[in-house]
Amino acid sequence: MSKLVYNEMLKIVRKKRLWVIAAIIAVLVALFTYAQYRETEELRKRLGTTDWRTQLQQQIVDLQNRLQSPSMSEEWRKYLQIRLKQQQYYLEHNINPSAPGAPTFMRTFIENAIDLFLPLLVMVVAADLVSSEASAGTIKLLLVRPVKRWKILLSKYIALLLSVSLIMLMAAVLSYAISGLVFGYGGFRLPLLTGFVQQGEDLNTANVHMIPQWKYILIELGLAAFVSVVVGTLTFMFSVLLRSTAAVMGIMLAALISGAILSNMVSSWHSAKYLFMVNLRLTDYIKGAAPPIEGMTLGFSMAVLAVWGLAGLLVAFFVFMQRDVY
Amino acid sequence: MTKQVTLAVKELRKTIRGKEIIKGISFELHEGEVFGFLGPNGAGKTTTIRMLVGLIRPTSGTVAICGYDLHRQFTDAIRQIGCIVENPEMYPYLTGWENLEHFARMMPGIGADRIMEVAKLVGLEQRIHDRVGTYSLGMRQRLGIAQALLGKPKVLILDEPTNGLDPAGIREMRAFIRFLAETEGLSVLVSSHLLSEIQLMCDRVAIMAKGRLLAVDTVERLLNQQARVVWKAAPTDRARALLAAETEVLRADEETIVTPYEPSRLAAWNAKLVQAGVSVSEIEPRLPTLEDLFIELTGGETIE
Repeated sequence: MSKLVYNEMLKIVRKKRLWVIAAIIAVLVALFTYAQYRETEELRKRLGTTDWRTQLQQQIVDLQNRLQSPSMSEEWRKYLQIRLKQQQYYLEHNINPSAPGAPTFMRTFIENAIDLFLPLLVMVVAADLVSSEASAGTIKLLLVRPVKRWKILLSKYIALLLSVSLIMLMAAVLSYAISGLVFGYGGFRLPLLTGFVQQGEDLNTANVHMIPQWKYILIELGLAAFVSVVVGTLTFMFSVLLRSTAAVMGIMLAALISGAILSNMVSSWHSAKYLFMVNLRLTDYIKGAAPPIEGMTLGFSMAVLAVWGLAGLLVAFFVFMQRDVY
Repeated sequence: MTKQVTLAVKELRKTIRGKEIIKGISFELHEGEVFGFLGPNGAGKTTTIRMLVGLIRPTSGTVAICGYDLHRQFTDAIRQIGCIVENPEMYPYLTGWENLEHFARMMPGIGADRIMEVAKLVGLEQRIHDRVGTYSLGMRQRLGIAQALLGKPKVLILDEPTNGLDPAGIREMRAFIRFLAETEGLSVLVSSHLLSEIQLMCDRVAIMAKGRLLAVDTVERLLNQQARVVWKAAPTDRARALLAAETEVLRADEETIVTPYEPSRLAAWNAKLVQAGVSVSEIEPRLPTLEDLFIELTGGETIE
């Protein structure tokens, strides 16, 4: 089996997929770092100070002003009120929620990348894992070896899991290393709050506790890896089902983007919470942001994703083992 | 002399979406022979070959390779086979050597020395470390053969092996296939829609059309069965009537009469004609080409 996995990793590496992914991450992180830097500068100019306390107070005033506006949907108002409570909590407890520094950048990067950017990178590897062999015809040469079909597919899936780990590692290391050039490398010990629970309109702060930022980042990385594996598995399934890599990419992209759009408008369509694509923002539960549909929790979302992933894996293996290859 | 059976196919059938594509075919391959699989495009040759190597699951029937059942003992059975199905697609971003290494990792006990051996055998040792993307079609075809031979198979299955080769390449490939059968003792199954090719390199041939095997025999015997005698005799009408009394007249026109070739009775027929005052100017036994044979067997279906 290890020889088969070696074969699959060799093909992924020689297709230069991982380099492309590393380059994409590096370019985007540099871009975001610059944007973040400009924003910090702008804020400093506007407030005339870099004191985070002033910034936070300013944000709170902003929020309060926006809440005055009469033409606002009930949902949005609810959300803003929750944010307001959260920020007031930070201020009262003398905690800087976005202390600059590479770890903070890394944390927000993962939070923003979890539902679209990281799954996209995983797709780059997963989409053509099987479909490219089918469309190029090399699948025939693989299947006429003295190796059972399920072992061939399993070796490809293990190679995918290894690639996902590598992608997570690259995202973490590159976002830390590159943003650190501008923001400095300190800040791992910064205490953060977690455990906010949404209960209707109220932000339940009963379970709020402090954890150091490095722990927070590790949790987020784990959640991002989980999401990436599930999205990778679903992409892998489509890669088995379809010969065309472009079609696989198209379907998965449509699903991911529809997830981003749906999350903003499904609050009254309750059964939508069983769709995998509205459950991708797992880090929001840690951050304490409102879920797209009431009643969704971290455990619920992870269970939904796990079921989708397992189903995808079963379909992939079943089809691959039964199928006639032309 | 009975040679060992290396591949036995029994009553193989395949139905796709309610349509029977392969309608029960059976044949055997012996050690050291080149077996031709002849039929027009769409006859079911490639589907059959895919069933022989386990890419397609037959609806019914069995395939046994060196005594191993292909479906119940897949790995043992498939180990005895090397094959190229359609074009030999390789990974263009890897070198020839890496491609072979990649497949060697999927077979037990195949090391670098065997890879070098097959690369030399197909004459690729000069370019083996170049990327396959830079290979010509002929070189890719050779690399295809190299990967098929890698696992020291007993049976080699080649689907249209001379497709896309130039005349020199075709001749070389033919010689190579004969060499593998005669010197290395492999059973080689070669499919083709080209009659001349099969005639030139195969010991036995199976003729396939519309999912059935129409005939399986040695090339020689198949041709002999269909041998004809062309008579030139005057007056033609009398000759024709006399011959019709003795045998079947297959074709006749103003000058010639065609009858089956029966060497033992030919002299007697001739004597009858002469006694009846017919002047016989020519008696010519004629072997049909495989093409005639094919048209005869399929009832007029042509191959390009």
